[in-house]
Amino acid sequence: MTANLSALFYLISGILFILALRGLSSPETSRQGNYFGIAGMSIAIIVTFLSVGNFGSGLVYVLIFLVIGGSIGAFIAFRIPMTAMPELVAGFHSLVGLAAVFVAISAFLKPEAFNLGTIGNIKLASLIEMSLGAAIGAITFSGSIIAFLKLRGIMSGSPITFKGQHLINLMLGLAIITLIYYLCISQSSNIFWSIVLISFLVGVLLIIPIGGADMPVVISMLNSYSGWAAAGIGFTLENTALIITGALVGSSGAILSYIMCKGMNRSFFNVILGGWGATDQSVSSESKEQKPFKSGNADDAAFLMKNASSVIIVPGYGMAVAQAQHALREMVDALKKNGVKVSYAIHPVAGRMPGHMNVLLAEANVPYDEVFELEEINNDFANCDVAYVIGANDVTNPVAKTDPQSPIYGMPVLDVEKSKSVLFVKRSLSAGYAGIDNDLFYRDNTLMLFADAKKMTEEIVKSL
Amino acid sequence: MEIDPFIFRLSIFILSIFVGYYVVWSVTPSLHTPLMSVTNAISSVIIVGAIIASLAGSSDKVFEISNIFGFLAIILAAVNIFGGFLVTQRMLQMYKKKKK
Repeated sequence: MTANLSALFYLISGILFILALRGLSSPETSRQGNYFGIAGMSIAIIVTFLSVGNFGSGLVYVLIFLVIGGSIGAFIAFRIPMTAMPELVAGFHSLVGLAAVFVAISAFLKPEAFNLGTIGNIKLASLIEMSLGAAIGAITFSGSIIAFLKLRGIMSGSPITFKGQHLINLMLGLAIITLIYYLCISQSSNIFWSIVLISFLVGVLLIIPIGGADMPVVISMLNSYSGWAAAGIGFTLENTALIITGALVGSSGAILSYIMCKGMNRSFFNVILGGWGATDQSVSSESKEQKPFKSGNADDAAFLMKNASSVIIVPGYGMAVAQAQHALREMVDALKKNGVKVSYAIHPVAGRMPGHMNVLLAEANVPYDEVFELEEINNDFANCDVAYVIGANDVTNPVAKTDPQSPIYGMPVLDVEKSKSVLFVKRSLSAGYAGIDNDLFYRDNTLMLFADAKKMTEEIVKSL
Repeated sequence: MEIDPFIFRLSIFILSIFVGYYVVWSVTPSLHTPLMSVTNAISSVIIVGAIIASLAGSSDKVFEISNIFGFLAIILAAVNIFGGFLVTQRMLQMYKKKKK
């Protein structure tokens, strides 16, 4: 296949990828979009085989490895529980990053195969592109591994900070740039390896100071990085499909990071430079005098909701941890039978990744047209009888609207307190991730339900 | 003077960023998780580079060091391609409308 013809096919697969993302504008078109994506990928792979045109024994191995990797991927995709999506996505990002590093290494070791010149005499532009691709890929890899470990709970979710952290990161970043400069002059393989190694280190250092609840930003950011890494390799290989895809994925991740930061009213740098959890924990321990609150049991909750005309459910990460989404759906079914109108309110940063709650509710067969975003539903709390807060905390804290001293001041929150009564399912009165007390616990219209989210919901179902 | 092909690729890159910007803003927030898994799957088109890397060189020496890195990259990218698209499919299958 001629280079021009294959370039046209790569363009087609790039366009199919654009259509795949476009399909996600509504759930109806999304499945079709996914098929476009699969078609684009198949075209890219087949065209690559044809354009290399080497059908020797190497091809057999390529197919074998393709099948091995594919089976592992398919196995994971079918077995993974929906609650584990954040760590799955983080894990997948790490693979893209590492693949980018490997391709860059291979291109550096055998530039003739990629038309980039010869060893020790690689084209300048290619050298810059492949070292950038390798560096970003390596950062994506090790950063995603850390994110994966934190999300999986293997590593503590609390931020790890030490003195001079940001200075070290800055120095390492400058070191990478300097080394790329010297690589271009000397073409030395030692410098190339150092760039890769330092980048692995930067990835680790970049993610360890970020706390668990900031993971939505981290995952989106790593998503973006994996795109830029792919684009870097795309420039090296002069491949349009990779360049288009890299740009799409890069901007997609960047937009998601922006949405997540806005959901917390924090700047991107504020998140990246270390979490709330690290600085504000002292606030909660100072004022520990017990304020009065009301607590109830499942029967009280069932009674309140049965006699309500409308109920809004506010799910959060706690629902995912307790795997309470199916019990919740049963409760809602029982309420609907009693003629209660039920809807769900999702905060942008609820859960550990963008859209986390929506997927879990969809898994529990909750129709997506009953699930609303913050802006869509926030005015409805004033007319609602009962708000059922399950596993969410900071995103309902009215302090964000009233107290300029609070670390979460200005963060958009769900106006849960405006509903006639609030049922707050929580294990204890402890503070949330931001380390601050939730004012909502002590309101007259709040009834605390101290229990595991799943158990409490199941008990309510029984009492209904 | 002839235009360097790099400039063409740069143009494609920058235009794609703009396309990505507008397309991603139109994605409904409830599908942000599938968006991440599908972007993850398509970024594995890096497998193109991995295939070139592993088929490079003469066919009697299949396991040269550069080929081995290519093979490893193929496995990683294949996990991602199949895993990414299938898990996206599985998620999208769950999004249902209210039964009327």
